[in-house]
Amino acid sequence: MNRHYELPLDEAAYSFGFLDEFAKREIRRTILKAISIPGYQTPYASREMPMGRGFGTGGLQLTLALIGANDTLKVIDQGSDDSVNAVNLRHFVELTCPQVDTTERTSEATLIQSRHRIPEHPLSEQQILVLQVPYPDPLVVVEPSEARRKVMHGEGDYSRLLTKLYEDIVQFDEITISHRYPTRINGHYVIDPSPIPRYDVPQLHQSKALVLLGAGREKKIYAVPPYTNAAPLVFDDVPFRIEDFREASGARRACDRCGACDSFLDEMIADDGSKSWQCSDSDYCNEQLAVNASPAEVKA
Amino acid sequence: MKKVLEVRGLTKFHGRGCAHCIDSTGPEMDTNICAHCGSVVAAHDVSFDLHAGEILGIMGESGSGKSTVVKTLFFDDAPSAGESLFFHDECQWDLFNLNAAEQRWLRNHRFGMVYQNPHLGLNFNVSAGGNIAERLLMNDLSHYGEIRERARLLLSRTEVLPERMDESPRTFSGGMQQRVQIAKALATQPPLLFLDEVTTGLDLSVQARILDLILEIQQELGTAMVVVTHDLGVIRLLAGRTLVMKYGRVIESGLTDQILEDPQHAYTQRLVASAL
Repeated sequence: MNRHYELPLDEAAYSFGFLDEFAKREIRRTILKAISIPGYQTPYASREMPMGRGFGTGGLQLTLALIGANDTLKVIDQGSDDSVNAVNLRHFVELTCPQVDTTERTSEATLIQSRHRIPEHPLSEQQILVLQVPYPDPLVVVEPSEARRKVMHGEGDYSRLLTKLYEDIVQFDEITISHRYPTRINGHYVIDPSPIPRYDVPQLHQSKALVLLGAGREKKIYAVPPYTNAAPLVFDDVPFRIEDFREASGARRACDRCGACDSFLDEMIADDGSKSWQCSDSDYCNEQLAVNASPAEVKA
Repeated sequence: MKKVLEVRGLTKFHGRGCAHCIDSTGPEMDTNICAHCGSVVAAHDVSFDLHAGEILGIMGESGSGKSTVVKTLFFDDAPSAGESLFFHDECQWDLFNLNAAEQRWLRNHRFGMVYQNPHLGLNFNVSAGGNIAERLLMNDLSHYGEIRERARLLLSRTEVLPERMDESPRTFSGGMQQRVQIAKALATQPPLLFLDEVTTGLDLSVQARILDLILEIQQELGTAMVVVTHDLGVIRLLAGRTLVMKYGRVIESGLTDQILEDPQHAYTQRLVASAL
């Protein structure tokens, strides 16, 4: 026991943003590398967080490494600011990062951590979007060995992934991937863009905002830098399709709450079995409601 | 005639190897296991040339090193010594001095391989058509309709019913699996094809049809082939020239007719005499 040793003051409590400075520095360095090699899954030492792996620890570590006192943070889970994952992560950041503002408005946020959705509201150059990723490698469905997957990524050999799409078309007459659609970044690496629906994939293409993807359990960080090409993997004669939300009659469904016809809709099934559709992005829905409805009849 | 492949002094050891390995193995010593260090000399000093449109047979008993030769040329296995040049379109590749990525490129774009066991050559988790599509996709074909058309053509070319192209090869008979494998190998129209015991274990009528198919392919596409077999009938039917191997050495080589009608080496004489 060293009698002269004094406990540093900041070890008595957690430092700003929970992570220690070494961890933040390492994550920032990894982010820089990820941005330099668009789409490349950069390995990093994912830290233990005070929550289970798979609950957004990858995204949270990115957020904590990036956030500063002037930032405004928005956290969303499947488009909603009020679901459990979003509320808990936001609360955690509020606890560990004093002076950081949080918001539910997409346009006000400088940093957005999201689970499985990209906000409807177009992002700007001043914003950074952090996505939580459960499975970073799109090749995992066709090749179990990570060593061989790395070689395939390095050589840009995605023929086996395309074979899977081919099999899909043969069997079902269309590509049946609903989310985690493999997307080629900057003409080389194919990424798993986290479980965002197909609807959101085109938003990655030439995005004004920096998009960072963090997988905590798999210990990988990768990025879609601003103004970078992002092309979903397709065949020349089978174009990429997004969800179109058409009724049987062919008309585009509208949100039952705000009436928007240009957003990603969630299907709700009521107790009596009847179905209704609502915007998945709650902030967008509120915004449309405020614009459309006259002030007199704003619904709850 | 244009040369496609030139192999010189190809040698493959399994084990540490020692100074006595070469002297203490081979047909004279009647073994391919070195008595001093226990290494296996799978092939030693194998040299041959292969020209465009030619079929070269490699014949020998089990363990004679014939598959080893083909496996090293197809990069399934690294050789211990020797060199090999591949010629195509005015270009030349020094096969054993390429890096892994270049080797994979050649394998996927310029070579074709048909294994004895269809499990090695086919992916049983995708359909027969998907297996062919995979090879076409490796070659940057990305038009679904065209891929499908090419796969259908290849399969009907190798006498697999096009109606069954969307089934897994798991449900096919052995002969059909072998034909799907040939179709897959031919998908990119490779100038060089390796056939490792393709007809072994198939019944005679199916054998005959596959051999017919191989001959037709050779005549139509002018593909150069290396055929490995222990079946004299296959050699007689397909190969223009033949190497006879025993214990890792080439003991006799020359025109197939000559070897079968007038074998010089005692082992070859016994082999030919014992054929039905």
